[in-house]
Amino acid sequence: MADQAERHSTQAAHPNSLRHGPDARGHFGGLYGGRFVAETLMPLLLELNEAYEAAKADPAFHKELAFYLRDYVGRPSPLWFARRMTEELGGAKLYMKREELNHTGSHKLNNVMGQILLARRMGRTRIVAETGAGQHGVATATVCALFGMKCVVYMGATDVERQKPNVFRMRLLGAEVVPVTSGAGTLKDAMNEAMRDWVANVADTYFLVGTVAGPHPYPAMVRDFQSVIGEETREQMLAQEGRLPDVIVAAIGGGSNAMGIFHPFLDDASVRLIGVEAAGCGLDSGRTAASIERGRPGVLHGNRTYLLQNADGQIEEAHSISAGLDYPGVGPEHSWLSDIGRAEYVGATDDEALQAFQLCTRTEGIIPALESAHAIAHAAKIAPTLPKETLLVINISGRGDKDIFTVAEHLGVKL
Amino acid sequence: MSRIAARFKTLAAQGRGALIPYLEAFDPDLETSLALLKAMPAAGADLIEVGMPFSDPSADGPIIQLAAIRGLKAGASVAGVLEMIAAFRKEDQETPIILMGYLNPVEAYGHARFCADAAKAGVDGLILVDLPPEEADILEQPAQDAGLDIIRLVAPTTPDERLRYVLSHASGFVYYVSITGITGTRTASAAELQSALARIRAATDLPVAIGFGIRTPEQAATAAGIADGAVVASALLATLAETLDSTGKATDQTLPRVLGQIETLAAAVRAGEKKAG
Repeated sequence: MADQAERHSTQAAHPNSLRHGPDARGHFGGLYGGRFVAETLMPLLLELNEAYEAAKADPAFHKELAFYLRDYVGRPSPLWFARRMTEELGGAKLYMKREELNHTGSHKLNNVMGQILLARRMGRTRIVAETGAGQHGVATATVCALFGMKCVVYMGATDVERQKPNVFRMRLLGAEVVPVTSGAGTLKDAMNEAMRDWVANVADTYFLVGTVAGPHPYPAMVRDFQSVIGEETREQMLAQEGRLPDVIVAAIGGGSNAMGIFHPFLDDASVRLIGVEAAGCGLDSGRTAASIERGRPGVLHGNRTYLLQNADGQIEEAHSISAGLDYPGVGPEHSWLSDIGRAEYVGATDDEALQAFQLCTRTEGIIPALESAHAIAHAAKIAPTLPKETLLVINISGRGDKDIFTVAEHLGVKL
Repeated sequence: MSRIAARFKTLAAQGRGALIPYLEAFDPDLETSLALLKAMPAAGADLIEVGMPFSDPSADGPIIQLAAIRGLKAGASVAGVLEMIAAFRKEDQETPIILMGYLNPVEAYGHARFCADAAKAGVDGLILVDLPPEEADILEQPAQDAGLDIIRLVAPTTPDERLRYVLSHASGFVYYVSITGITGTRTASAAELQSALARIRAATDLPVAIGFGIRTPEQAATAAGIADGAVVASALLATLAETLDSTGKATDQTLPRVLGQIETLAAAVRAGEKKAG
């Protein structure tokens, strides 16, 4: 009965809920989010919003999505008690939400599956996407193969170089991968180029955004599709431990895996939510991707959010060992959650992530993505300081096969 | 009457549309772009659009992207762009100046401070590409207080009902983005422009300028004939880029080539109108 009541509270619509956002304009807390795009795209965003609202209210859409999530993505993903890592760190009881076990190897497919069904409902035939590490690109190329749709993925030239396995995967899946050479050739530049493509091909093209950023309704829609992570975590933890977790730790680039696991817990004040940004070479090194900790609010890629920028409002290049976190912005809902103090945002450096990558691999037999390794790094930092009865969940957002070349290089190993 | 309204009124009386050339501030350096700006009216510019360089111009094509990078490399800042306009305004009290750019540098400068300082520098209107009317409340009051027009973009994708909404937030003139796409790529046909203009004129009495994809004198004449003005941007920036030396510095060809192109465009716009009239 208690379980039932707990579960029910996740859907509760009490007036002070933190889960109501965004407002009709797509703003979180009145400031973040919004729709800052060229007029050419505004009618499309309004149409997308309407289509998404209609799909959300349509049981047939949910039924279809549930089918694909179960039989194609492979959900639910397990909540794994990490016994050896817990013993080695000697503190909080560590659980891992195993999003790396999804088809295509990351949480990205949860969102992509929802959006591709929506694109089909809207009659679109061509999909464009941006990608950093290539996880979102691979997920998008996968569903395009599944449904026989044309797929164009924009990827920074630097990322194409450091994520070769994923580039090959996307091409095998039938996608056209376009290397973007402007800027530093990373996710920010890929996002610019994907938006330019969309503006030029509005009639048949659906822009399949991979994270909880961009113009409204993307941040809310991607969050909704990723919330399955947190909903499952909640049920699984209640089933295994009979209570809610105490701490949830997730890595943040744009922040979709974190938003997905945080959102169902926003109204549970006892659950500490910690987002781990990529500190790169260090928060104050000037080579970082920690937008919340070292940025300030501004407007980029259709939304207002924390951005790495100079005094004159020019966007700065981010740096992280992890291509998926190498972005100078963050989802607007995270900016709001940081301002109101509901979630904490911290950094983990490249080196800390590399160590955590090895720790997880050695103790649990799970090779995590370098993105997820940032979350593990912070969990490993705080776990020893927490009582043994503390239940700490780490979101393992992706698997690390794609990163073995990068890791080998940093460890001085030639493959 | 604002400089923008006065200029369009004068041109209407002359029975012709406006030529509105674009330049990117600080491209390739402050001195050259200021000299270009100062020489544009004599070459035939009726209004001038000045681009404020931004690191991530997501609605612009490669030509304007490169111009923005050159401008930033040359030290462009919001304050620097406003000083450049002020220097121009000392010598020219008539030619309207429209600042075109993206919202973030304006936010960093401060919305109200930006509007006040821009007006003081002699700016007449603002086009912020990524600020649709839905989000424009942050800028509308300070712009109005400062006497700046907010020029709204209208696109082929803008439906009639939305057109009325967008135009209810417009002042100065209306900028019709004639293609669905980024700057400097495709070109709309005269028939497409005619039907679009009929749609826009039904919704507003403001003058209408056409931009995106206008490259040649003929295209400029057609657009300025159908609407009240033609904006030429990428074609001029491409010419400017061609004249730079291998290190990206201006040469003795830079000003004459760009100004010569403006003269040709202006001649076509003026001649085209006579034929039409």
